[in-house]
Amino acid sequence: MTIESILFYVLSAGAVGSALFVVSRRNPVVAALWLIFNFFCLAGLYLSLHAQFIAVIQIIVYAGAIMVLFLFVIMLLNLGDERRLVEGVTPRKVVGGILSIAVLVELWYVFLGTPSIQHAALGNRATEIGTVEHIGAQLFTKFLLPFEVTSLLLTAAIVGAIVLAKRKLD
Amino acid sequence: MIPLSHYLIVSATMFVIGSVGVLSRRNAIIVFLSIELMLNSVNLTLMSFSSFLGDVTGQMLAFFVMTVAAAEAAVGLAIIIALFRRKQTVNLDEINIMKW
Repeated sequence: MTIESILFYVLSAGAVGSALFVVSRRNPVVAALWLIFNFFCLAGLYLSLHAQFIAVIQIIVYAGAIMVLFLFVIMLLNLGDERRLVEGVTPRKVVGGILSIAVLVELWYVFLGTPSIQHAALGNRATEIGTVEHIGAQLFTKFLLPFEVTSLLLTAAIVGAIVLAKRKLD
Repeated sequence: MIPLSHYLIVSATMFVIGSVGVLSRRNAIIVFLSIELMLNSVNLTLMSFSSFLGDVTGQMLAFFVMTVAAAEAAVGLAIIIALFRRKQTVNLDEINIMKW
């Protein structure tokens, strides 16, 4: 086992384990904190894929900004009585679980048969592709239009969030 | 060297865990967290293909997925706040006014 594969398996186990905790915790704050841990594991996996920029963005934007928004909303709602949300086993849940496991088996079957592509063939390019310099150059040339459209999307989201969360529409 | 299929299997597992959360939990906030989990698992697929194929497009797509996720989180949480103000609950079974 090389250090690379040990890191990969530790980070993957962390990501999958914390994902399980996210969906199984009753307290939303605990679930959100496990999701932050999951994001850190994912950032580590991105680093192992030589994607430095996205790994940093994952921590700053996702774990930093979006999850703080979540935690603020959980705090504002102040969900005192969790008892009302106690969830039993319903037929819908059983069917959902069976269907999800079917999807999981299908995906595993397909992916285990996937012929692996080696990134060794790329040589030095593999490490250069995820740098801030390369991402920035691509973002402002080839992907300029989607980048600009993103600003419109974010403006619409800000306006929408304010209108929706406003106390009354007058 | 870790093969591509290992990354894909991790991401598939995370995606299915997220979908179980969406299907089985009734707390709106946790359903939202599960959706974020699913978006991130797809991001991992995009990133692994991007790295193994040596193409930057996958990383760009992951970048835009993050932007959309930020917008979605802002609007979705505003909807949850508006619902909570009206109904005093985040239980999705009690929010059934548009259910046929």
